[in-house]
Amino acid sequence: MLIAATSALGAVGVGFTAVPFIASMNPSAKARAAGAPVQADLSKLEPGALLRVKYRGQPIWVVYRTDEMLAALPTIDPELVDPDSTMPQQPEYCTNPTRSITPKYFVATGICTHLGCSPTYRPEFAPDDLGRNWKGGWFCPCHGSKFDLAGRVFKGVPAPTNLVIPKHTYINDTTVLIGEDKGAA
Amino acid sequence: MGSDSTASAAQPAPGGFLGWLDKRFPVMAVWNDHLAQYYAPKNMGFWSFFGSLALVVLVLQIVTGLWLAMSYKPSATEAFASVEYIMRDVDWGWLIRYMHSTGSSFFFILVYLHMFRGLMWGSYKNPRELLWIIGVVIYLAMMATAFFGYLLPWGQMSYWGAQVIVNLFAAVPAVGEDLSTWVRGDYVISDATLNRFYAFHFLLPFILAALVFLHIVALHTVGSTNPDGIEIKKGPKGNKWSDTAPADGIPFHPYYTVKDIMGLVVFAAIFSLVLFYAPDLGGLFLEPPNFQPADPLKTPEHIAPVWYFTPYYAMLRAVPPIGGSQFPGVVVMFGAIAILLFLPWLDRSPVRSMRYKGMLSRLFLASFVVSFIVLAYLGLQPASDLFTLLSQIFTILYFAFFLLMPIYTKLEKTKPVPARVTE
Repeated sequence: MLIAATSALGAVGVGFTAVPFIASMNPSAKARAAGAPVQADLSKLEPGALLRVKYRGQPIWVVYRTDEMLAALPTIDPELVDPDSTMPQQPEYCTNPTRSITPKYFVATGICTHLGCSPTYRPEFAPDDLGRNWKGGWFCPCHGSKFDLAGRVFKGVPAPTNLVIPKHTYINDTTVLIGEDKGAA
Repeated sequence: MGSDSTASAAQPAPGGFLGWLDKRFPVMAVWNDHLAQYYAPKNMGFWSFFGSLALVVLVLQIVTGLWLAMSYKPSATEAFASVEYIMRDVDWGWLIRYMHSTGSSFFFILVYLHMFRGLMWGSYKNPRELLWIIGVVIYLAMMATAFFGYLLPWGQMSYWGAQVIVNLFAAVPAVGEDLSTWVRGDYVISDATLNRFYAFHFLLPFILAALVFLHIVALHTVGSTNPDGIEIKKGPKGNKWSDTAPADGIPFHPYYTVKDIMGLVVFAAIFSLVLFYAPDLGGLFLEPPNFQPADPLKTPEHIAPVWYFTPYYAMLRAVPPIGGSQFPGVVVMFGAIAILLFLPWLDRSPVRSMRYKGMLSRLFLASFVVSFIVLAYLGLQPASDLFTLLSQIFTILYFAFFLLMPIYTKLEKTKPVPARVTE
């Protein structure tokens, strides 16, 4: 009994002692600060253009989608794995047909959901190499994954899911804050 | 053979310094138990070279690693340049660095041959289950060491390879994302990651050395096996050195020490050829993208791990995502290694060695070896429909070797095992 109690207490002590060692391997205060939300000014972003912002060391894309691009989105639905964004790859406020807060601006993490490469932006319609049905999107040079202009993954490519949409919120019409949503701001 | 007093009493106690030392530390007992009076089967042959050679390479890796650590800087801003500094400015630095990088690939070649020998001889079977399990743990520790080490040069392949592998943890349901952040110590592979990988890469070889010590203690408790899989301890007793030792055993020293040194000479020649003439072995031992510094915003055209990981990488890619999760692939990949732990209980054959097993065992072993090599090749190639299909077929063959083993080892007719080892 005494041995059991001593062992149990000892185990609890070891458990408590382990906490600082395990916790110290988490991102440090400095790394967390570097992971703080970043602002992007979209006032000079032209229609169809892509802006790259660095957030937590990863590329974040902001795209100004034209009306033509937006109109093409629903027509691609049958070719996609998850056209309705049922998988939790985006905050709730982006679970909609354009996967964005406002249809015009599209914000996404520029990291392929397959193995973490950064796909190439291919906004043009029907280029020679991507075929007649291509209506703009991203092509990953690593393993050939394709995404549309809402970051939705095509069928038959290695990437399993749509591109990740980071938490973000608009401070005003042309300024986006990446890494934080309305609730926290 | 324990350190019983009869063995020591048979010999006169040593005098002089050795005698002084032996009264305070069991020098002679250790020497006798593990070398001069450790009786190994006299028919061990070619395939018994690789264990001792792997031990030599472990020492080489620890020594060259220590010397590299004298000039290397584990910092995201300095790491790549410090490796180039070692290569260009440190006297003989290029040699030490290439010894280390070539050594790591050869370490895996030797261990794979050593493991294949274990499969052929049935070295995992009763009473050597624990010996085999310690071996599998050594293999795991080696892979961890190699993985941590590969980030250190901070080249493009280091960076993106680590990115892909650490992302595997993110596939774990629920806690995955937090787990991979915890492993990295940051939201991306960064200076913090490099620092901790360096710390682990420095520590693990010593744990590896301790595990090798346990491996040898376990080996010397149950005794070495041989190509016949015959238990010499159960055979007749008495040879020209001892009346109680197995008749088919010869002292490890000098007989096997001399043999292993001969093997070492041949190995050193092959090792030197690669070291001096092709240290990157056409991009297989050191990959071309790793001669460019790490760039977090630009991915190299094609990512593949170093060759010794590629069989498992091919398996990872062979498994399609289920419900939008890569997790099944990760499970298959780690399962391919974990299944080795159960091998002693999957083999139901009454005989130990391939020599006396039936045709089915031989066919399955052959298909296992072919699968492993083909998967290693496929893991190096970019994914295509054909290659993915091939990966799936060979992944199934790899697992079939293990999972069907209880059936085919029971079904097949074995040959009679002779009472004494064959020459």
